Amino acid sequence: MWGKLFRWSVFLGLLGGGAFWALTIPKTITEESLAGLSSSTDAGEIVFHASGCASCHAAPEASGEAKLILSGGQAFTSPFGTFIAPNISQDPTHGIGGWTVGDLASAVIKGTSPEGQHYFPAFPYASYSRMTVQDVADLHAYLETLPADATPSQPHDIGFPFNIRRSLGVWKALFVSEDWVMEAASPDLERGRYLVEALGHCAECHTPRNALGGLDTANWMAGAPDPSGKGRIPAITPAVLGWNAADIAEYLKSGFTPEFDTAGGHMVAVIENTARLSDEDRAAIAAYLLALP
Amino acid sequence: MRRSLIAITAFALATGTVALAGGHGGNPSVKARNAHMGLYSFNLGLLGDMAKGTTEYNAEIASAAANQLAALAAFDQSSYWVEGTAQGEVDGSRAKAEIWTDAAGWAEKQDLMKTGSASLAAVAGNGLEALQAGMGAAGEGCGACHKAYRGPRN
Repeated sequence: MWGKLFRWSVFLGLLGGGAFWALTIPKTITEESLAGLSSSTDAGEIVFHASGCASCHAAPEASGEAKLILSGGQAFTSPFGTFIAPNISQDPTHGIGGWTVGDLASAVIKGTSPEGQHYFPAFPYASYSRMTVQDVADLHAYLETLPADATPSQPHDIGFPFNIRRSLGVWKALFVSEDWVMEAASPDLERGRYLVEALGHCAECHTPRNALGGLDTANWMAGAPDPSGKGRIPAITPAVLGWNAADIAEYLKSGFTPEFDTAGGHMVAVIENTARLSDEDRAAIAAYLLALP
Repeated sequence: MRRSLIAITAFALATGTVALAGGHGGNPSVKARNAHMGLYSFNLGLLGDMAKGTTEYNAEIASAAANQLAALAAFDQSSYWVEGTAQGEVDGSRAKAEIWTDAAGWAEKQDLMKTGSASLAAVAGNGLEALQAGMGAAGEGCGACHKAYRGPRN
């Protein structure tokens, strides 16, 4: 009797473990989906700025041209621990110099490393999941034009149980989707949605998170506690923001609010990126934000 | 009669002191800082509206506003950036503690604002295009400090 129960529990345990293992296998982008893609460094430069790569991966305190040296090292505090942005420069050992387009696409869109491990979602693949493979191919071409730097990446400081990377497979199944959050009724709104929901990853800061760290899409862009523990990241829904399209576009270009206050904190880094976009792209972002509920 | 007068006086003094100590008005250093920032934004507003074309360019007003910005940036503000008034320490403050732990970095950012606004003041009266080109340097001065030393909204 007990022997039979034991054998059953071992069997069910293995089945559960097997299901967990199968569910949490890190996904990648298949080589077939990349076949025949050509790439442009000019288009890649726009993807690079719109996605804010340098804002996190440049060295701490880097400014000007030094922001293109993607040696990593900036620390990001969160309720789950402190994440240190890795080196993504062209160094083949310490950076991503040897990566193929497929490696980059799997990392950015699926959050999976070339070694087949899950990345932590401090890397905003929960937004980049909506990026096109064409944009990744262009980004790959642009990254290859940037300098190599041999600064080793630093380990994250994450406590148990959040440091079990395999369990991120469950997190991804729950919270990462390629679907859009908002409807987009015109090409302008579609471009704005792509820039905000995918590349710009605005929601990663401006939308509150649930207890497991997933974005609460029911309160999309409704503002959230600042991860530092002090103050709040503001809501950017039209009713709360109260700005018109020209106000939003101007802020994303110069950093000045309609009251001539300026952007602060991490938003200064965001504006360094949006200032490099076209007027059309800034207008598209404004159109998307003004269409939010 | 006299007793009630004393009571009223005592009550008035007590409530007055409470009001001064921070109830309605908030921390006086924070208020002074906000007043300083308010003058920045007033003058930047005059200049920015001209630069954007919302108002017509006027060399005299542009020059006066930019000169005032430069004068404000050159102020010795040490009397109201006092230690113990960081975000979390006093109500209404968004000043990061790094202002006091990284005095050299703070001074460097203040210098950016001084040089940026001085270069704007030198060109603001020379026509609309000169004003538009000069706005960036002043904006960078604002942004550099706000990036490193201003906390998120309370």
